[in-house]
Amino acid sequence: MVLSVSLLISCGGKEEKKKENFSYEKPSTTEQAAPTAEAAPPSQRVDLTNKGVGPIKELVLPADIDQAMATQGEEIYKKMCTACHRPDKKFIGPAPKGILERRTPEWIMNMILDPEDMIQKDPLAMDLLKEFNGAPMANQNLTEAEARAVLEYFRTLK
Amino acid sequence: MKKIFKTVTGFLAIALVFTSCNNGESKSKSALSSNAAEKVYVAPGEHDEFYAFVSGGFSGQLAVYGLPSGRLFKVIPVFSQDPEKAYGYNEETKPMLNTSHGFIPWDDSHHPDISQTAGELDGRWVFINGNNTPRIAKIDLTTFETTEIIEIPNSAGNHSSSFVTENTEYVVAGTRFSVPVPQKDMPIKEYKGNFKGALSFISVDPKDGGMSIKFQLMMPGFNYDLSHPGRGKSHGWFFFTTYNTEEANSLLEVNASQNDKDFIAAINWKKIEEYVNNGGGTKMPTNYAHNVYSDETHTATSTMIKEVLTVNPLDVPGAVYFLPTPKSPHGCDVDPTGEYIVGNGKLSANLTVHSFTKMEEAIKNKKFDGEAYGIPILKFEDVLAGSVVQPGLGPLHTEFDGKGNAYTTFFISSEVVKWKLGTWEVIDRKPTYYSVGHLMIPGGNSRKPFGKYVLAMNKITKDRYLPTGPEVTQSAQLYDITGDKMELLLDFPTIGEPHYAAGCPASLIEGNSKKLYKLEDNKHPYAATSDAATKVTRNGNEVHIQMAMIRSHFTPDNIEGVKVGDKVFFHVTNLEQDYDVPHGIAMLGANTSELLIMPGQTETFVWEPKEVGVWPFYCTDFCSALHQEMQGYVRVSPASSTIPLSWTLGEDF
Repeated sequence: MVLSVSLLISCGGKEEKKKENFSYEKPSTTEQAAPTAEAAPPSQRVDLTNKGVGPIKELVLPADIDQAMATQGEEIYKKMCTACHRPDKKFIGPAPKGILERRTPEWIMNMILDPEDMIQKDPLAMDLLKEFNGAPMANQNLTEAEARAVLEYFRTLK
Repeated sequence: MKKIFKTVTGFLAIALVFTSCNNGESKSKSALSSNAAEKVYVAPGEHDEFYAFVSGGFSGQLAVYGLPSGRLFKVIPVFSQDPEKAYGYNEETKPMLNTSHGFIPWDDSHHPDISQTAGELDGRWVFINGNNTPRIAKIDLTTFETTEIIEIPNSAGNHSSSFVTENTEYVVAGTRFSVPVPQKDMPIKEYKGNFKGALSFISVDPKDGGMSIKFQLMMPGFNYDLSHPGRGKSHGWFFFTTYNTEEANSLLEVNASQNDKDFIAAINWKKIEEYVNNGGGTKMPTNYAHNVYSDETHTATSTMIKEVLTVNPLDVPGAVYFLPTPKSPHGCDVDPTGEYIVGNGKLSANLTVHSFTKMEEAIKNKKFDGEAYGIPILKFEDVLAGSVVQPGLGPLHTEFDGKGNAYTTFFISSEVVKWKLGTWEVIDRKPTYYSVGHLMIPGGNSRKPFGKYVLAMNKITKDRYLPTGPEVTQSAQLYDITGDKMELLLDFPTIGEPHYAAGCPASLIEGNSKKLYKLEDNKHPYAATSDAATKVTRNGNEVHIQMAMIRSHFTPDNIEGVKVGDKVFFHVTNLEQDYDVPHGIAMLGANTSELLIMPGQTETFVWEPKEVGVWPFYCTDFCSALHQEMQGYVRVSPASSTIPLSWTLGEDF
């Protein structure tokens, strides 16, 4: 069911761009997303209380950004994440830019460290899977320290 | 009329007896079966207690099964190409099958043996011989991949191989067919006295398992059939059965069965090693391939070696003796203590067991019974420990349970016979279905057998399974050997010919099994370990596509500027860093197999497009919910085209 909904969404999305071509069922966006319709798509939803599901229960970020850690995080991000994520625009998955204004640090870390569990148990992660055409986030087996460095890099993306 | 009545009642009586017999039998059989079923049942999600590495014989591969369930986990390609895994098809593994005769895509894999430390299985590597074009392969038990193959020069029908000494100092490769050394153009009938039998001792690097031929012992031109190392007290010796001591070159089934006794050759390899280390031996020009696969470059390299060190046994006094053994002995098996050497005389009524202690004594007292080509022959009676009298027909192989019992297969009478070391009495016999060759007890050819099961490997199955036309499967049968009597538990089909097997407690191996290759360790020259590293470059008519893959796309997935007549290399890196997320790739019209690429690995296939058009490629391994979306196109333009190379993914580039 999830798959069929997402397929419809993706079909619709593509067709919208190719107006000059043959068009097959082009329902409006609100129609497709009817069951879970909300004003903002899940990627833009702001939820600063949900910590997600996974190994990270509590993470308090210091006020200042650790620049060295952020640089290290950027390197890791380039190697391990860019196959699916661009820093500032939607690609296979959502852009991390400004993510700390929408998500808790714990939620971000859990999504990196245990995406399998998140997309099965966390309602927001489940919605994101639908928004992103059913493409589940890959577990790149980052260590907790590596994920923490990537998070620090995300803090620099504003 | 009376007579007819009698006959009818007679029939009825017989029928009744048969019926009741059948009933009784099927009843007890089913009770037994449910008991057997419990013993081999491994519940879904549970793991087996043992690994069994079962050779594929003429398939050239090595299959990994679990025991007691008999479930097949993996077929490891060794000597034969495997399109499923691209082994021998992708550019990286083609060099693994290189030989002095060129690329050879097949061999006959026979005797797997697990590496040992202090005479016990250590679970690091499996060695296996290629029989036809003589080779020894090594399989790494962290990746379950073939990582090294060494060709054996001066050898033919590499059969008394690939058994390891008790600290894996050496893996041996003995020739079954003697040949002219060096090879030359000569009349076949001049074989006798002129051909040689090379026994090769390949040293194994204790750190990385790297193989190199330390020396070749140039023995008389007999057939060296099987071998096993001494262990414990006989460590330092190696024993080889011989047949065709007649040195016949034609109609061997008659002409090589003339002598009452052939020999077991006892080789003191420590003595020869010392001789060689002190500069002994003769370097001989030759040509053989040594192929090594690297887990860092994910690529094999093949090196041709031009020289081998040969040793004439007569130059090392006291290193080689012949033990007379009736009659055309096949298996040559040494018990866990190292005292008993069993010669399984194929055409002999009795099984012959030699005593290592008595052999040493006879050598000390120089009690010889003549010589063969200068090699002393010991007296049969002086070395004989005992005989198992008329245990069956056509003995082939023996393994041990570590509790003082030996188990021998009988090919002609299709049975496994359990007998006692020392008293030589037969304790039990059980039929096999049918024509059993080797048998295997995990660790059964080491100092420490795990005597819980014996696996018998059968050549013929006839009526045992649903028929599949003229060609039917061969099989393995599992017996419980914990009691006095053996109990048949399970009967399962195998790949190819299950020639021999090596078994090992899973606990020795499973913890070391690698889950993925780390991207940061990938040193493949054409790896694209991140999206930023993907590119397409042209060098004359060679086009190199450095592509990345992750759920569920290829980067790039649209490529233009390729021309008819180009040689297009797809170097594809799997960017996943999670366990069990391989991806595949196949290109329409490419004259090769798919690639199946493990996380962090890079593999390459070559495509030479012959027609203009837009040709698709796609992921062949169902990797994710969007697997069907994992595809791409290459535009092929005419040879004269000026369209520049370009590569894109979505609208991002």
